[in-house]
Amino acid sequence: MNYNLNHLRELESESIFILREVAAQFENPVLMFSGGKDSILMTHLAQKAFHPGRIPFPLLHIDTGHNFPEAITFRDDLVERLGVRLIVGSVQEAIDKGMVVEETGYNASRNGLQIAVLLDELEKGKFDAALGGARRDEEKARAKERFFSHRDEFGQWDPKNQRPELWNLFNGKKQYGEHFRVFPISNWTELDVWQYLAIENVPLPSVYYAHKREVFERDGILLAENEFTPRRPEEEVKEMMVRCRTMGDMTCTGVWPSDATTLEAIIQEVSTTRVTERGARSDDKRSETAMEDRKKKGYF
Amino acid sequence: MSISVDNSELLRFTTAGSVDDGKSTLIGRMLYDSKSIFEDQYEKLKATTERRGEEGVNLALLTDGLRSEREQGITIDVAYRYFATPKRKFIIADTPGHIQYTRNMVTGASTANVALVLIDARNGVVEQTRRHAIIASLLQIPHLVVCVNKMDLVDYSEEAYEAIKEEFESFASKLDVVDVHFIPISALKGDNVVHRSDKTPWYDGPTLMYYLENVHIGSDHNLIDVRFPVQYVVRPNTDEHHDYRGYAGRIAGGVMKKGDEVMLLPSGFTTKVAKIDTFDGELEQAFPPMSVTVLLEDDLDLSRGDMIVRVNNQPEVTQDMEVMMCWFSDRPLQPRGKYTIMHTTQEARCVVKEIRYKLDINTLHRDLEDNDIRMNDIARVVLRTTKPLFVDEYRKNRITGSIILIDEGTNNTVGAGMII
Repeated sequence: MNYNLNHLRELESESIFILREVAAQFENPVLMFSGGKDSILMTHLAQKAFHPGRIPFPLLHIDTGHNFPEAITFRDDLVERLGVRLIVGSVQEAIDKGMVVEETGYNASRNGLQIAVLLDELEKGKFDAALGGARRDEEKARAKERFFSHRDEFGQWDPKNQRPELWNLFNGKKQYGEHFRVFPISNWTELDVWQYLAIENVPLPSVYYAHKREVFERDGILLAENEFTPRRPEEEVKEMMVRCRTMGDMTCTGVWPSDATTLEAIIQEVSTTRVTERGARSDDKRSETAMEDRKKKGYF
Repeated sequence: MSISVDNSELLRFTTAGSVDDGKSTLIGRMLYDSKSIFEDQYEKLKATTERRGEEGVNLALLTDGLRSEREQGITIDVAYRYFATPKRKFIIADTPGHIQYTRNMVTGASTANVALVLIDARNGVVEQTRRHAIIASLLQIPHLVVCVNKMDLVDYSEEAYEAIKEEFESFASKLDVVDVHFIPISALKGDNVVHRSDKTPWYDGPTLMYYLENVHIGSDHNLIDVRFPVQYVVRPNTDEHHDYRGYAGRIAGGVMKKGDEVMLLPSGFTTKVAKIDTFDGELEQAFPPMSVTVLLEDDLDLSRGDMIVRVNNQPEVTQDMEVMMCWFSDRPLQPRGKYTIMHTTQEARCVVKEIRYKLDINTLHRDLEDNDIRMNDIARVVLRTTKPLFVDEYRKNRITGSIILIDEGTNNTVGAGMII
């Protein structure tokens, strides 16, 4: 008899352990749901962790209003299928109320505005743990993130003062008003995610598969033509076969030329690609420590 | 598909080292030669190296993530790196090697299957080498691989390599390490890292990568003593699953089978395993590190922190324990101090009854007089808990044999202990 799990099953088991630990240690957790493949994976793992019960926490989507339309349709279907509650925090409303001010100019993005809206929603809902689908392989600041990441009353991350994490022991203790960010899929790589989604037959939004779309190039990144990003005169729109490797706002998510229309083709592509998936995120290209700086303020 | 999913195991290994011993170069070499460094990462490294006025591509920048680390050129924290070959997927816990970062080394070592110890062929076994090996032995990392690095700088001399090997072996005989392996390498030139070197014809062992891909890790888990700490109780309370009461958790030891006669701790009641449930269907048996939901034949009182074990194979149920404690906090360990203790899914309070000795992490010397246990120190201490815990020796089971202490004022994790 062979008592080995393959790496995907071991990662799955680790993530399920973390999800259950959150349900056990915290009073009011919430799952941050972006609509992307990583948060879809999170809901799938949560479904497994609490089977045959329902997922014992709501989903929270911070809606910038700049989503790929496919993502919103997919989100609503998924919520219905899982029978969970969905909370939507609207960046547009926050702008209208004057809580945040919209960025202007070239490369304006609502990415940064999400932080204020997210922290506001966490406070309003009195959530003490926010589950996120961040992975350590995505970015160098995230490589040092803990599974249980403590945030002070301002939602800030203090990378130099993180709690050590050993064995299976996760310390979720906190003062009143503080919360935790918890990252159950920390140890998954992009390829692991795709392989797992494939063997589990998990449905995904159509933008992840190669499709024809109107795109234009900016700073070496292909952006989907959209109503929110004013183009410069020299930026020409052309139709191409593309797909998303990550899915954020249309204003900052690059798309890739690709013919991968099936999960198998995507896995093939991911396992031979020579560029990281966040290589197409203009929000990460702002500076060398862009992610660390945003994370300190309370970003996902 | 280019990567086979079915038999690709996960191997976690830890490295420790300081700026100059070539650790970053070695990690960079493994990532690069296994094609795990992406072009945009490589371009960024090159640009940053140039901007700092350095030559070539500084692969250390790849492992130093935080702003302060990049500024100071040192690794402060544990960084996790990932790469895969067609045979295995690897997680590297990359930790700093200075004595003031012992706590980070301990953290990285706590989940590792393999410890990778680097020795500079010119310097031989130094204090830092001994420290790493001692930590690997304390944390019971099952496999130790000693890389004698910078062989290019000693003309690939077999004598130099053999001398270091002998020196290390005589020191390691005092340690509790079962499986030690030696490899002569040059991380910079790539000798015996991924590709076999033609400059070491006298060496007929595997390359480092071959070793990591093939070392047997199947028996690293305890498969003898069934231990199932209850993590969460699943009670759907829906019409469909009205009477469902499942105990969710991760198997910490042994192979649990449907129909097994089991005992519940602390109550001592006995019953049988009615069902091992998962989202993907029922299982006949479950083993570490699987996450499952166990249903029992009888309706008995059982909740988080309790444990399911075999009737004739029980852990020690005790309020008194001795542990090797690594201290993490800048506030020293308080003799007679009270802390929160976490063990498996159990939580209690404890008092430090006695500090037996402080361990010199460089020499293994036991100082019976020194009770001043500060950050990065390792000491043998006696604890008494407010309620019984269900413990095994750390040597027998790393999950049921480990604890952490939490400061009740700050909520910080201040100590990690291995039960003796």
